[in-house]
Amino acid sequence: MSSQVENPLPAVVARDVSKTFRIPEQQVHTLKERALHPRRKISYQTFRALNHVSFAVAPGEFFGIAGRNGSGKSTMLKCIAGIYRCAGEIWCRGRLSTFIELGVGFNLDLAARDNVIMNGLMMGLSPRQARKRYDSVIEFAELEEFRDLKLKNYSSGMQVRLAFSVAIQVDADIMLIDEVFAVGDAAFQQKCFDVFTRLRDQGKTIIFVTHDMQSLQRFCHRALLLERGSMVHIGDPADVADQYLEINFGRHPDVAAQEPAHAGDGDARVADVWVEDDAGQRTSAMPQGQRLTLRALVEFMVDVEDPQASIYVLNEDHVAVLVAGTGLKFERSGQFAAGDQVLFSFTFDNVLAPGRYSPLVTLAHRGAGLDVMDRYERGFSFVVSGAGAQGGLVDLPVNVEIERANAGVAQEVQA
Amino acid sequence: MSAVDSIPYEALGRPIRGPEALTSDWSRLWHLTFNIARMQWKLRFFGSALGYFWQLARPLMMFAVLWVFFTKIGHIGSGPDSRPGQPNQFYGAQLLGSIVLFTFFAEATGNAVKSVVDNEALVRKIQFPRLVIPVSLVLLALFNLGLKLLVVFIFTLAAGVHPMLSWLELPLIVALLAVFAAGLAMLLSSLYVYFRDISPIWEVLSQVLFYASPVIIPLTTVQAKLGPALLHIYMLSPIATALQQFRHAIVTHATPSAAELLGGNLPLLGPIAIALATFALGFVVFNRTAPYVAENL
Repeated sequence: MSSQVENPLPAVVARDVSKTFRIPEQQVHTLKERALHPRRKISYQTFRALNHVSFAVAPGEFFGIAGRNGSGKSTMLKCIAGIYRCAGEIWCRGRLSTFIELGVGFNLDLAARDNVIMNGLMMGLSPRQARKRYDSVIEFAELEEFRDLKLKNYSSGMQVRLAFSVAIQVDADIMLIDEVFAVGDAAFQQKCFDVFTRLRDQGKTIIFVTHDMQSLQRFCHRALLLERGSMVHIGDPADVADQYLEINFGRHPDVAAQEPAHAGDGDARVADVWVEDDAGQRTSAMPQGQRLTLRALVEFMVDVEDPQASIYVLNEDHVAVLVAGTGLKFERSGQFAAGDQVLFSFTFDNVLAPGRYSPLVTLAHRGAGLDVMDRYERGFSFVVSGAGAQGGLVDLPVNVEIERANAGVAQEVQA
Repeated sequence: MSAVDSIPYEALGRPIRGPEALTSDWSRLWHLTFNIARMQWKLRFFGSALGYFWQLARPLMMFAVLWVFFTKIGHIGSGPDSRPGQPNQFYGAQLLGSIVLFTFFAEATGNAVKSVVDNEALVRKIQFPRLVIPVSLVLLALFNLGLKLLVVFIFTLAAGVHPMLSWLELPLIVALLAVFAAGLAMLLSSLYVYFRDISPIWEVLSQVLFYASPVIIPLTTVQAKLGPALLHIYMLSPIATALQQFRHAIVTHATPSAAELLGGNLPLLGPIAIALATFALGFVVFNRTAPYVAENL
């Protein structure tokens, strides 16, 4: 990291951090139970939320921590914030501000002013600093007219604005931010993103926990990927995003692969189906945008003339996103003898939306394709990873233009 | 991770220590405690127009009932410290003061029991010295006590007591109770995290304490029944000592002071030591559990 060479001392360092939670198998929450069963040993299940995690964040770095639910990313944040005690060592060099949830500790019966000042005190400001901060908070939240109103009389939007303003109007060097941005409408999210950009430009050190790969890639200089408490990858956010999706969908390729279902008259049999990437490597996870080849190895049991192979790429909802067959290109596919092994390949640019896909392969006798020799399904699945998902079934390259239709001068914007 | 290996760890200073009961920043601890108590107080008084009145209503009603009952119906107010056959004319002031002092103790400890668990949102989401939670409630109870003591003094003066130099003992009496209450507040609030039946148990216990303490019955009445040895044990209770001293120092010197009852100043070290020991025990237990409270809620 070049930035670390310039600033030899990082702002946040985690060294070999582990955190184990003990979960009692039987909740003994009363003295009565302890008194009635004094000798019952309380057995605990230990759950390792963090497993030897080490990383360093340079001053001014926007550092992302990504992971699925339960991967330990929030636990990591709480360890840095000093809310959980953990094994290992953590250094925070600078004033810390934690931002785990909007409006923590707000009391709805108190006026905005009291809440803001209380919050400042909780965060470690002196009363004078807290009072000083109050003005800037109210101003940012655009709530000057409502400063003496009790919080319970605020609209929910106003409450969120105040909470958010409280959170970001902190004079901290290091900010720990959890996924608070799951809430709020689009306009609010945009405001958050603007603030992120501003904070980043101000050179604040930010540790940002998320499972939203888009914002991870948009803001973070570097990111850490956690899975079941262990470090999977640390580095470029794009790589982290790719791996995240891979883990998310392709974590257990073997579990997903069930016994394939076969149907048909049995004159041929699909022996294997797989995916190859551009370099011809078998894979179960493909990034979006690369060339992808689906191959089906077929064995014929009898002599067959001009068989037709078709492939249906089904998504998780069993929708055939892509269908291709030999019929169009090869009306006569040739003569095959019993025992012949034939490889059918289908290559296309991977425009599939991120997610899991399961190919269905059919092999039919010559004709309308209804006289099926073998129909292979559910035996294999692969995952498409990519962060640019727009929400459609496929992500085709789209040319976007905006033209002013009413004005005389047309303005063209190429996207 | 070569980037992590090359860090000069020695140059980083001290690693963070995670959640704690205390903080090295004492002024932060104080400001936080004071302001939480102040906000809570504000909530109670400005939440309703008659806030102050309601604060007083409970002890006053209780006083009225007990006073009528014990001076007009049963004759507890008469005792060795009153003239034979006549109730101690200051019994009312003593009763009211004792009720108010005991209410302080009961309020401080009772509110504290569930405090850490009730503030789960804070404990799990913000780093701050955990001790603030129970201690701010004791402080809040102290604020309330201050207000109620105003009424007690008005009543006392109205009963014909003249201001005395021994009124200056009041802070010491309150301090003894407050230290004891703070110790229990810390102890109970951390135990409640692990044992949820602490709350009903403590409710019952403080009821017992109310009747076991010389709130209604003057110690001089008890003294005759107990005998000197048991009296010494009884007076080990910081509550008993504080209430007795209040009756003596604030209301009337006709009631013997705690020291006079025990025959010297030295035995007073007993209840003081117990209050301090409770405080120390409460702090140690709270301090031990504080780092892990967030994950045990």
